[in-house]
Amino acid sequence: MEDDLKKTGAEILVDALVQEKVEYVFGYPGGQAIPIFDALYCCKDLKVVLVRHEQAAAHAAEGYARANGKVGVCVATSGPGATNLITGIADAYLDSIPMVAITGQVATGYLGTDAFQEADIVGISRPVTKHNLLVKDIRDLPRMLKEAFYIAGSGRPGPVLIDVPRDISAGSLDNYEYPKTVSIRSYNPTVTGHPRQIEKAAEMIKNAKKPLIFAGGGVITSGAHEELYELAIKINAPVTLTLMGLGAFPGEHELFVGMPGMHGSRAANHALQETDCIISVGARFDDRVTGHVESFAPKAKIIHLDIDPATISKIVKVDIPVVGDAKNILTALNKLVVPRDASEWNDQIKKWRGERLFSYKQTERTIKPQYVVEQVYELTKNRDTIITTEVGQTQMWTAQYYRFAKPRRFISSGGLGTMGFGLPAAMGAALAKPGMLVIDMAGDGSIQMNIQELATISINKIPVKVVIVNNEYLGMVRQWQELFWNKRYSSTCLRGGFLCEECKGPGHCKKKYVPDFVKLAEAYDIPAFRATRHEEVVSTLRRGLDIEGPALMEFAVAPEENVFPMVPAGKPIDQALEEL
Amino acid sequence: MSIRTISVLVENHSGTLSRIAGLFSSRGYNINSLTVGETEDPSVSRMTIVVGGDDAVIEQVVKQLNRIIDVIKVIDFGDDPLIERELILVRVDSSKSNRHEIVELAGIFGATVAHVGVTSMTLELSSTCDKADNFINLIKPYGIKELIRTGKVAMAQPKK
Repeated sequence: MEDDLKKTGAEILVDALVQEKVEYVFGYPGGQAIPIFDALYCCKDLKVVLVRHEQAAAHAAEGYARANGKVGVCVATSGPGATNLITGIADAYLDSIPMVAITGQVATGYLGTDAFQEADIVGISRPVTKHNLLVKDIRDLPRMLKEAFYIAGSGRPGPVLIDVPRDISAGSLDNYEYPKTVSIRSYNPTVTGHPRQIEKAAEMIKNAKKPLIFAGGGVITSGAHEELYELAIKINAPVTLTLMGLGAFPGEHELFVGMPGMHGSRAANHALQETDCIISVGARFDDRVTGHVESFAPKAKIIHLDIDPATISKIVKVDIPVVGDAKNILTALNKLVVPRDASEWNDQIKKWRGERLFSYKQTERTIKPQYVVEQVYELTKNRDTIITTEVGQTQMWTAQYYRFAKPRRFISSGGLGTMGFGLPAAMGAALAKPGMLVIDMAGDGSIQMNIQELATISINKIPVKVVIVNNEYLGMVRQWQELFWNKRYSSTCLRGGFLCEECKGPGHCKKKYVPDFVKLAEAYDIPAFRATRHEEVVSTLRRGLDIEGPALMEFAVAPEENVFPMVPAGKPIDQALEEL
Repeated sequence: MSIRTISVLVENHSGTLSRIAGLFSSRGYNINSLTVGETEDPSVSRMTIVVGGDDAVIEQVVKQLNRIIDVIKVIDFGDDPLIERELILVRVDSSKSNRHEIVELAGIFGATVAHVGVTSMTLELSSTCDKADNFINLIKPYGIKELIRTGKVAMAQPKK
């Protein structure tokens, strides 16, 4: 009996993961993590997904967490393994994604000696973690693990890193027991909104002539989409959703005005500039949303619901702050708000909204990237589908043209804007939600940042569909260069290199594009299809989507297509550039 | 722009100090002084941070400090009356001829003589920061060889 309670540090760690109901651990082994992986080897209650790069382990853990709301877990070794996780950890930090990252570390006696594969990962990760811990005594390990999961998943979620020196993971502890409860005197997030503040908010909404709901990722984290819907219907207010909030309100609903900000809809940006009352729920007024802050929403009083008090009045001055969990606050608020009939404001919104929120010039000659996104939407809207994205133009076109109906269906790197996010995130999402269709909407630039994960997908038969919109450029930067840098496409042409002498521009270049994505996919034993003409788009998508398991579909699109509307950085959001 | 004193109760762990220092450096806020020490409860340390900034900056500092998991309590003293002290050690050039004069000056401020050498004298003063500034100004003409200030520690005055 006593022997049952004696466990090694690594066994304690794995037992904690099982107790926390972790299904998948995304990881990569290494010298100082061998004890941890040894304990994982015989664990029947969870699966280890061996990625091909630690950055992908962190993004896959994020994808898992973003798809089902649970804490995602990744494991890496000390030194380079741990530093490779950092981008994914920072990504989770900026988007408030619950994650526990476990790193191996050199033995405590070697700490600070520049030992082989030693990096001060607690120091390095400090500014991009919600909390981090170095285990110095095995007796602290069970409590620290419990705290890590609690901190990662509660309040405003975020990544927590635990650094486990080798003598801790290989050491042993008598009388191990995983704590059942957790209590941290210095950490008590406020979840219930202050009743008086909620009353004031209801009063302000009642008096508003032109209310606008502005919601972000907090609604999705909190699971408050039904309450948000109820509020919108009750007060007949238009809804705009930030990139992180897409899916929190049905994308086809007539009250939905699209995403605001730099690449937002005309309707959303005009509504923000004209509204007299913004009801902000779980959004943080990011600079990509506000544009020039001083001229943002000049006529509006602002009600701000957020679980993080530090978000309130950080960027814009808030009139009525309500700190707490969105679902709790909205439930209370919905009982107090007075129903509002449609008014001139609603007519105005309809006018701004027009036939469609976003539009582009269709051609039959070349494939338009927006058309690819539209067709993906048409073919998948009746199936429960999760879309992940890489970062850049394709991410924006997806946010604009795919009309997300439900929360946790759009998984994208919002705050950090991490290229290489989409493929590993899709992997995590597909494992979190078996049976759902998962598609990574990728540009040809971003996909190459973590393309090695095609191996992980192929070997584990993870049914991820990859749609590559190939414009042969780092399109978003190229777009900025076209509009603001005199068309000097410095280092954004993916055909080009330092051997290029004179650039004649797209369409005139005789250089070969590499890689051949279809051949590459085939090398990974993944079926792949390519479309080069407009009329091939739908059939190519069908072929890729209909087969079982992973598939890659590549679309050769118009190389110089831009994302419009576009508000130049630092300009007021109603001064967007439109397609000429 | 004003100078504010903030008192922070934190878990007495390694790592807490660098998290707090990082909060200031990553946002470009300036710390005028920072002192740390144990409290009546050995598991809790108290930091006294003196920071300059407008009201919005101070509000963010307080909120961001509160976000740190190991921070138990943040007290922004604002304009509340404080009991504040700073300890300074100052070594000045001195010889037989001016020793008495310096001791006399120190006496006015309540400073004590910590050490006397052949060519220097080391004075110790515990006082408010303003008074310490004054003292340093007056001692300067004698030639300061070395000066150390601990930074401010402060407690709010009790209400009754």
